[in-house]
Amino acid sequence: MSGHVAPKSMYYAVFAALIVGTALTVAVAFIDLGAMNNVLMLGIAMTKAMLVILFFMHVRWSSRLTWVVVASGFFWLLILFSLTMSDYLSRGWVEGTWR
Amino acid sequence: MPDAPSHYHPPPVAIHPPGHGPTPHHPWLQHHFDSMEQQAEASTLGMWVFLVTEIMFFGGLFMAYLVYRHASPTGFQEASHHLNIYWGAANTAILIVSSLTMALAVRAAQTSQPPRTQVFWLGSTIFFGLCFLGIKGIEYHDKFKDHIVPGPNFQWEGLYPKPAEQFYSLYFAMTGLHALHMIIGVGIMSVILVMAHKKIFDRDYYTPVEVAGLYWHFVDIVWIFLFPLLYLIGRHYHAG
Repeated sequence: MSGHVAPKSMYYAVFAALIVGTALTVAVAFIDLGAMNNVLMLGIAMTKAMLVILFFMHVRWSSRLTWVVVASGFFWLLILFSLTMSDYLSRGWVEGTWR
Repeated sequence: MPDAPSHYHPPPVAIHPPGHGPTPHHPWLQHHFDSMEQQAEASTLGMWVFLVTEIMFFGGLFMAYLVYRHASPTGFQEASHHLNIYWGAANTAILIVSSLTMALAVRAAQTSQPPRTQVFWLGSTIFFGLCFLGIKGIEYHDKFKDHIVPGPNFQWEGLYPKPAEQFYSLYFAMTGLHALHMIIGVGIMSVILVMAHKKIFDRDYYTPVEVAGLYWHFVDIVWIFLFPLLYLIGRHYHAG
């Protein structure tokens, strides 16, 4: 039994990218970019998460079944966020729905 | 340069008495699996299914955060500024390092490195996990001192006290749940370390290390999202 063996250099490269991403996130937080601040910070966070999932957690070399399970988890989270926020964001659009 | 498996020997084999069924197999192969590959595949898939439930578990708290931050954006911003961004950033870096040492621990087992090497990487992972918890302890202590722990002693001196209390309720709930997962992770990793020390893992069987690693990386990913959402709200309005 042996999965795909990645060279150590790959792990160090991913690690460096994660540290750079963290430094970038902190630096960007101090610059006023309006709404782009949140977009950028979450974008960097999602990129870091993808790096950890694909390379550290070996999903890049895992079976399709594993890949589908991972994707479905985040898809479900998306449903939670989008349907719930669509409720709150649309409060007041129709007479009598403001709380 | 590929690692030399200096101490690799063929795996021991479990022999069953005549009439007891299964043919000789790797001693760590459970009988309900046909092969080590299948066992490994099922184990990692099982851990991923669990991690998906954990995504939804934390997801609920992130959802609450979204709703309340949307309701009081400035209040949350004010409250967030009281957090020490340097402790938060340090903890983020510490967890990233621990994920690296974890991945290298899995790789060490996967390439049949000596137990000493495996124990080194696993021990490092535990060490960084404990550093993280130590810093969290310092941060929590500061909150108690400053009376910004939600409850009867909560005193907010700035603007928007109600959203501040909501923010800190979420702060303690989310980082507390995360810290609990870290503590469990350190416990799991200690067990894996003892198993590695007993020379159980090599390229033929390293599933527990891989699976424990998945758990550890997941806890790291949760923090990757917690850090910007809790510590970095509108920092450009307030230097430091």
